[in-house]
Amino acid sequence: MKIVVCVKYVPDAQSDRGFEPDHTTDRVSVDGLLSELDEYPIEEALKLAESSGGEVTVLTMGPEQAAAAVKKGLQMGADQAVHVCDDAIAGSDAVATSLVLAEAIRKLGEVDLVLTGLASTDGTMSVVPAMLAERLGLPQVTFASELTVEDGTVRIRRDGDLASETIEARLPAVVSVTDQINEPRYPSFKGIMAAKKKPVQTWTLADLGIDPSQVGLDAAWSKVESVEARPPRTKGEIVTDEGEGGKALVAFLASRKLV
Amino acid sequence: MAEVLVLVDHVDGTVRKTTAEMLTGASRLGEPSAVWIGPADKAQASAPLLARFGAHKVYVVDDPQVTEYLVAPTVEVLAELVGRSSPAAVLLPSSPDGKEVAARLAVRTGSGIITDAIDVQPAEGGVRTVQSVFAGSYTVTSVVSHGSPVITVKPNSLPVRENKQAGTVEPLQVEIPESAKAARITGRTAKEKSGRPSLTEASIVVSGGRGTQGDFGPVEQLADVLGAAVGASRAAVDAGWYPHSAQVGQTGVQVSPQLYIAAGISGAIQHRAGMQTSKTIVAVNKDPEAPIFEIADFGVVGDLFQVLPQATEEIRARKG
Repeated sequence: MKIVVCVKYVPDAQSDRGFEPDHTTDRVSVDGLLSELDEYPIEEALKLAESSGGEVTVLTMGPEQAAAAVKKGLQMGADQAVHVCDDAIAGSDAVATSLVLAEAIRKLGEVDLVLTGLASTDGTMSVVPAMLAERLGLPQVTFASELTVEDGTVRIRRDGDLASETIEARLPAVVSVTDQINEPRYPSFKGIMAAKKKPVQTWTLADLGIDPSQVGLDAAWSKVESVEARPPRTKGEIVTDEGEGGKALVAFLASRKLV
Repeated sequence: MAEVLVLVDHVDGTVRKTTAEMLTGASRLGEPSAVWIGPADKAQASAPLLARFGAHKVYVVDDPQVTEYLVAPTVEVLAELVGRSSPAAVLLPSSPDGKEVAARLAVRTGSGIITDAIDVQPAEGGVRTVQSVFAGSYTVTSVVSHGSPVITVKPNSLPVRENKQAGTVEPLQVEIPESAKAARITGRTAKEKSGRPSLTEASIVVSGGRGTQGDFGPVEQLADVLGAAVGASRAAVDAGWYPHSAQVGQTGVQVSPQLYIAAGISGAIQHRAGMQTSKTIVAVNKDPEAPIFEIADFGVVGDLFQVLPQATEEIRARKG
C-alpha cells in the first residue's frame, strides 16, 4: 500500500504567535515544528504500513525550515519525504495550498491513501483534506476517530456534535484523522539515526507545472485587511475559599447580571 | 438585490439557532435563500420559521442520495445553485460537515473561503469578515471577493434579528453524479440527549477538568441550576470521565458563551483555545498558580467540591 501523509510546519502554538506586516503568519519569530495534530496521521500510516505492508511518504509545502516537519516524520518511521519549497508560495490561501499538494500527490504516482490530520494548529480551517478530495477526484473519508482498511475498503467512525457516523469508501481515498485515533510514537534513537539516510526530495512549482501566478499572497481569493491583537484579558479578582467561596462566586455573577 | 444562499442547519427536522444567526448575517449581504437538505415535510413545517429570520425562498432537496453520502452530494446541490445565480455569498455552519462542504464548494466554483467568521458585513464587491485566531489572541478582518464568497459562520457570534420575508418553498432536484457517491454513510448513532443545551449554542457553559477526579456531579448540578451546557477538559475526556463530544479545546469544541465557568481546569493552551473569547470567565481551582486564573474575570482558589455546591445552593436560594 502506498500512503502519502500531508503535514504542516507551524509556529509553536504554546508561544506568542503573530503576523508579519503584510498580514501573513509570522513563521520566523516563533519556533516552528511539525503540527501536533499531524503526528496522528503519520502514526496511522505507519501502523497500516506495518500491518499490511507498504510505503509511507511524508509530504509538506512550506519555507526552508519546513523540512523539519518531514524530518520528524522520517524519524518516526516514514520511508521518504517530499518538501515543496518555492518563494512564490508564501502567503498562499487554503485553495492554493490544496492545488500545490494535489499536484505533488499526482506527481508521486499511484497512491492508495492520502492521510492528513484534522486541521493545522495555525490556520485551523479543516478544509484542505476536503479540497484535496475534490481536486484529486477521490472519496473523502474525513474526521476519523477510528479507522480500518480491509480488502481495499476504508471504514471510519466520524464523531459530530450530535451523532456518530460510520463511513466507508473504496481506496484510493483521502482520509483525515482526529487526535482520538491513536497514540503517536516517539522517534526512537534508531529511528532518528535511520532518518538521516532516507531520501528527501525538494520540489519547486516548476517541478509541479504550477504557474507562480496561481499561488501566493497576490493570488489569494480572500485578502486580510487588518489584524488586531486582542488586549490580553486582565486578571480579575481572585478570592480564596474560606467557607464563603461559592457565595462570593454567585455575588460576582449577580453583579454582572449573569444570575 | 443579490441572492445569498444559507445552508440550513437542522437536526431531526428542528432548525438550530445557528441557522437564524446565518440568516441574519445573510440579510445584510443580500436576499437570503435557505437551502434545506432533508425531508420535505419537515422543510414545509420549518419554512415559516426560516421566513421569520429572512428567507425569501426555501429550496428543498429531499433526496436520500444526498443524505446517504458524505459531504459531496451537498456540494453538488449548492454548486448548482451558485451556477444559476452567482450569489453574493454562501453561508454555512462551522461544523465539520459545513466546513467540508464549504471547502469543496470554494474549489468547485472558484470562490474565496473564510471559516469560523464571527461577523459578516457587505464590502466593496464582496464580503467583509471577522475571525478570532491564534486561540483568540488576534482579531482578523478580511475581504472575500472572488466568485461567490463561501463563509462558514461560528455559532453564538452573530446576532439574531427578525426580518420576515416570504419563505416560499421551492422543491429542487439535482443530478448527483457517481463521483459524489463515493463515501457512503453506513450508520448513524445519535448522541444521547442530555436535556441540556448544546455546547456551541449555550449562553452559559460549566466545564470540569482533572480536579473533578471523575465526579462531574457538582459541575452538572451547577450547570442545571444555571440552565447551562456541560463541557470537559481534554484531561477529563482522556481519562474517560466525560464524552469527547463535550471536550472544549483546540481539538474539541470552540465555544464563546456569555459565561464560562471552569472547575478543576488548569487552563493549558489547548483548553484556552476553545474558550478564551467567552464574554465572562470564572475559574475554580485548588492551585493558585493555575494558568486559568490569568484569563479569569473572577476566580476562587479552593476545592470545587466545596465551592460549586455552595454556589449551586446560593443560586437556588436567590431564585427563590
